[in-house]
Amino acid sequence: MKKLMLGNAAFARGLYEAGCKFVSSYPGTPSTEITEEAAKYDEIYAEWAPNEKVAMEAALGASIAGARSFCGMKHVGLNVAADPLYTASYTGVNAGMVIAVADDQGMHSSQNEQDSRHHAIASKVPMLEPSDSGECKDFVKLAFEISEEFDTPVIVRMSTRVAHSQSSVEALDRNEPALREYTKNPQKYVMMPAFAKTRHVFVEERTQKLIAYAETSPLNRVEISDKAEFGVITNGAAYQYVKEALGEKASVLKLGMVNPMPVKLIQDFAAKYEKVYVIEELEGIIEEHCRNIGVNNVQGKEIFGYIGEINQAVIAEKLLGVKREFISLSENIPNRPPVMCAGCPHRGLFYCLSKLKVTVSGDIGCYTLGAAAPLTAVDTTICMGASISALHGFNKARGSESEHKTVAVIGDSTFMHSGMTGLVNIAYNNSNSTVIILDNSITGMTGHQQNPTTGKNLKGDPAAAVNLEELCRAIGIKRVRVVDPYHLAECEAAIKEELAADEASVIISRRPCALLKYVKHNPPFKVDADKCVGCKMCMKLGCPAISIKDGKAVIDHTQCVGCGICKEQCKIGAIE
Amino acid sequence: METKSIMIVGVGGQGSLLASRLLGNVLLAQGYDVKVSEVHGMSQRGGSVVTYVKYGDKVYSPVIEKGEADAVISFELLEAARCLPFLKKGGHLITSVQQIDPMPVVTGAAEYPADLEGKLRDAGVDLVAVDALSLAEQAGTAKASNVVLMGVFAALTDFPDELWQNALEQCVPPKFLELNKKAFELGKAAK
Repeated sequence: MKKLMLGNAAFARGLYEAGCKFVSSYPGTPSTEITEEAAKYDEIYAEWAPNEKVAMEAALGASIAGARSFCGMKHVGLNVAADPLYTASYTGVNAGMVIAVADDQGMHSSQNEQDSRHHAIASKVPMLEPSDSGECKDFVKLAFEISEEFDTPVIVRMSTRVAHSQSSVEALDRNEPALREYTKNPQKYVMMPAFAKTRHVFVEERTQKLIAYAETSPLNRVEISDKAEFGVITNGAAYQYVKEALGEKASVLKLGMVNPMPVKLIQDFAAKYEKVYVIEELEGIIEEHCRNIGVNNVQGKEIFGYIGEINQAVIAEKLLGVKREFISLSENIPNRPPVMCAGCPHRGLFYCLSKLKVTVSGDIGCYTLGAAAPLTAVDTTICMGASISALHGFNKARGSESEHKTVAVIGDSTFMHSGMTGLVNIAYNNSNSTVIILDNSITGMTGHQQNPTTGKNLKGDPAAAVNLEELCRAIGIKRVRVVDPYHLAECEAAIKEELAADEASVIISRRPCALLKYVKHNPPFKVDADKCVGCKMCMKLGCPAISIKDGKAVIDHTQCVGCGICKEQCKIGAIE
Repeated sequence: METKSIMIVGVGGQGSLLASRLLGNVLLAQGYDVKVSEVHGMSQRGGSVVTYVKYGDKVYSPVIEKGEADAVISFELLEAARCLPFLKKGGHLITSVQQIDPMPVVTGAAEYPADLEGKLRDAGVDLVAVDALSLAEQAGTAKASNVVLMGVFAALTDFPDELWQNALEQCVPPKFLELNKKAFELGKAAK
């Protein structure tokens, strides 16, 4: 029976049907649901790893041991896992290994817009790219076969639109391949120079074989239209926009295998048309390949650019000169940026940092929203874990001038991912830095995933929980304290004391995410309109439940969870 | 059949994912090719949230661009105004009259436009404005305003009621089913 499935759920179904036995991933939008969905199948062992490098190494280990394996991550996660990726290309696999990397064209939930195809090219690992949910499932199954036939990990590249669109998928039964035999083979699996040199030769030969495969693979498909005025070469989500915008006006070469790319197939297709447009999001990788193989009647990036998503309207306008009419109000419509939720435990802590005018080295998570008005507390956000390491560099560069007024903020999951190595650096290199761990007992932004500090694993079963206080002390930090971010005075005092200290310290701001099911909410607070003087002190918290109506504060009872920081903030006692 | 496009818009946390799931289920049961495109991650945290639902004989692009939507279903008035340009000429605009101040309004950097309902009515679209929040509270919880609005949409279209009931049964946990069925009926009657 056909079912509507998210691209990510269809991907997981592909893992199931292909007999994948081992899954290890780190969450990251838009890749997260692949692993969450895979974990629902009892036949698959699935886990959250502390970061993408660990996940990929675990998946490679499982593959070498003889089980079909998978690891999934977002585009920036592949940077973290680049180290094992480039050498896994040399070792190859035993049982098939598939890697999902989800790019975020348009940066719906990311800090950059990198094109992961560069990693596939640089590591010489084949990369497939589906265009809808059905292809997600089919390509994953084919990826395992390619992996085993060519002795290589295979990357399946997703994008926000493919990962988070539902389309119909036919679910089939699971094929259960037996565990492959493991035999010791240091020439293949011990990558020291003598052995790696031989494997590099193998990698180059493999690439040639993969190019030959790409020429005839069903992954690459030509759709000829008799009415075509020109040709289009495209991939991934862009294929859908091309078909919708151009219909029969163009013949299409759809590349489902984006690394390595075919040569003759492209040359023959391009020779049929005077004009060929390459329509690909982000980098001009297909277009450059065309020019490299002597196909010069192509145009792409000069028309469509390198930034953001492409869509059917852009293609229709640029290639056909067709623009749709639309109505709009003359009214200025205020933006609605994302905000910290009502009752978010991060709010109180950020309010204190903002009030104390502290310089804040930030990190990746819901708390990145502390950079937005009215809190505007965050100075920098770079990548996972960078808050702590960058704070260290900042303080070493500016010395005592910054040591007493600069902090790092990092979530519990991000701290486990790659923050703790930065803290080791602080302790080891004797840095007078103050680190605040925002422990909300969950991986929040990606939609509530367990992590090594929460005491539960991906399947929801009890697991060992890292004790953050003990870990920080073991690393060598002597000043470690815990505060409750719902108590503003306590937070403020702790921040002042630790900034004043002449050694490194860690403040753990601990309170579970207000959206967690087990968190009990207090009754909503109310503003006594007779007492409220309209001073707007409560508005400085940036709580979405509080607004000003007719000069007085009002609390929206449907949003308020009774955290009480506005009550503490209101000096005249108008909030009850 | 030519592809039809419906946008479901609101504020993060208002339940647009359930609404699109219900609609997707109904359309699939009707035998259409269907695509539903959602937004996850950062923008879900109280920001503008947009879901695209498209159906027809064969649907390609999962997204909807300006001037393409046959209907826009909005959970909030400002979001209805924001998405007005996506509506096709003669398209339906169904909106809850609920107003939620975005952060720039909360901080005083911007103003929530006055009388948006009137301005939308004057914009020459087929507007249906309902107090979905009150109807949802009448059904038992403010959270069901998403289902109320799907009821309004159901009354404007002619998909068999049985398909909607099946979709509710498939998408809503049994514990909340009766409440949501009530919300759906109140929406249908409100049109």
